[in-house]
Amino acid sequence: MNKLTINNLDLFYGENHALKDISLNIPNRKVTALIGPSGCGKSTLLRTLNRMNDLVENVKITGDVHFDGEDIYQQSDVKALRKRVGMVFQKANPFPMSIFENVAFGLKAQGVKSTEEIKAVVEESLRSAALWDEVKDRLDSDAFGLSGGQQQRLCIARAIAMEPEVILMDEPTSALDPIATHKIEELMDELRKKFTIVIVTHSMNQAKRIADKTAFFWMGELVEHGETDQIFNNPIDTRTQGYVSGEFG
Amino acid sequence: MLNRTQQDKVLLGAIWASASITILFLLWVMWHILSNGLSHVSWEFITGAYTRIGEASGIWAMIVSTVYMVGLSLSIAAPIGIMTAIYLTEYAKPGSKIVKVIRFCTESLAGIPSIVYGLFGMTFFVTTLGLGFSILAGSLTLSMLILPVIIRTTEEALMAVPISYREGGYALGATKIYTIWRLILPSAMPGIITSIILSIGRVIGESAPVFLTAGMVTQIPESVLESGRTLTVHLYKLTQELFTQSEWDQAYATATILIVLVLALNLATKIITNRYNKVSH
Repeated sequence: MNKLTINNLDLFYGENHALKDISLNIPNRKVTALIGPSGCGKSTLLRTLNRMNDLVENVKITGDVHFDGEDIYQQSDVKALRKRVGMVFQKANPFPMSIFENVAFGLKAQGVKSTEEIKAVVEESLRSAALWDEVKDRLDSDAFGLSGGQQQRLCIARAIAMEPEVILMDEPTSALDPIATHKIEELMDELRKKFTIVIVTHSMNQAKRIADKTAFFWMGELVEHGETDQIFNNPIDTRTQGYVSGEFG
Repeated sequence: MLNRTQQDKVLLGAIWASASITILFLLWVMWHILSNGLSHVSWEFITGAYTRIGEASGIWAMIVSTVYMVGLSLSIAAPIGIMTAIYLTEYAKPGSKIVKVIRFCTESLAGIPSIVYGLFGMTFFVTTLGLGFSILAGSLTLSMLILPVIIRTTEEALMAVPISYREGGYALGATKIYTIWRLILPSAMPGIITSIILSIGRVIGESAPVFLTAGMVTQIPESVLESGRTLTVHLYKLTQELFTQSEWDQAYATATILIVLVLALNLATKIITNRYNKVSH
């Protein structure tokens, strides 16, 4: 079953044709990796899925993106969409507040008042993000006191707290050391049981390790997509072959 | 002709000399005021009443008027200034016409000599609006004066808040207004507080626009519609009639109080900015 269906999507930044006629299905409760060289449009595509591109000036989008059968660009309630489609950014962006308040931020923004409910969700989210044991004794301390990997897991917990159905991850480990990266990858393996994950990554090894499906982008085009095994072992297109074998990119 | 090393030495000497002169000037002025004034500052001087004829020379009424003036000016200018800055950084399209107009207005406002504000305040607030020489008329005039400072510094504080906070807030489905209120403003708060402290210094420091709009009555104002004399205006008045030693002493003592106030404000700004730099790495 497909959680997200992208049909004939074109995206322009002013004159720049950043995404060209993209059609792609994102299967439910699977990890889909978007790979390709810098500037190929993979992050841009990720940001169309929760309409973060709406924040950028002069963006024009044609085509459609269906989320559980509903066209997200026809909906007017962007906030409701972003609640269902969470996002984790390239550089961990904890807010300048306590660990607890970071995870509670989205709930409070939705108007949740009950302290009990917030506490319960914060604990559950931190547990799901494999961070609870490390921070349970210092929930009130500043989130900036955490290590880079912990900060990124905090951001994942913050996204999980909204009980999204999809989590978008924009190169979530590119600023982390191998050990912190390993922890996040382990976590993603857990998360795929409950969430649909779309991850942009520069690391082909990461895509091989964690992704069920992989899509390869090249200069704004979706060149090839399919099972991760097939993309890396039997690519059809010569450009995919060149990229996954490390010849360029 | 000087060779390379000699040129360097001359330049270095000039730099050192300039830096030393700056520091020496500050120390000299402070020493001059404090050495002449500090011995005349007493509890009675600070809390006592003042009479024109000279039997009492306390400045309590002026301190109260100054506090009123600061409080009222800020409660008018701070909300307007902060909200304008929020509009400019968070809502207006960057580089749009309205932004340019507002920026031109604030920059022009900042460049107008303060006595001109005084004249405007006297004709408009005091006479046309019929507020009379009053704390309110003075505060309205001073709020126009400090508005550009508050807008500019708040804008800078808001722009220094990383984009990633805004993205993070929106990505959680938070509304724009919630993100600004709960995330952006708190992050910018140290910068905003600094801008408010700078404005307090400005309000305390002005004299001409104040006595043109708030008058110089040396009694504790009972409401904001009464006239009052701020410390700086008081010092100005004292320096107009320096005949006896005791009048000189009063002037220096008042100047001492002002200097201590301004130093305390600067120190507060420093502490807040330091803490800010620590938090935001």
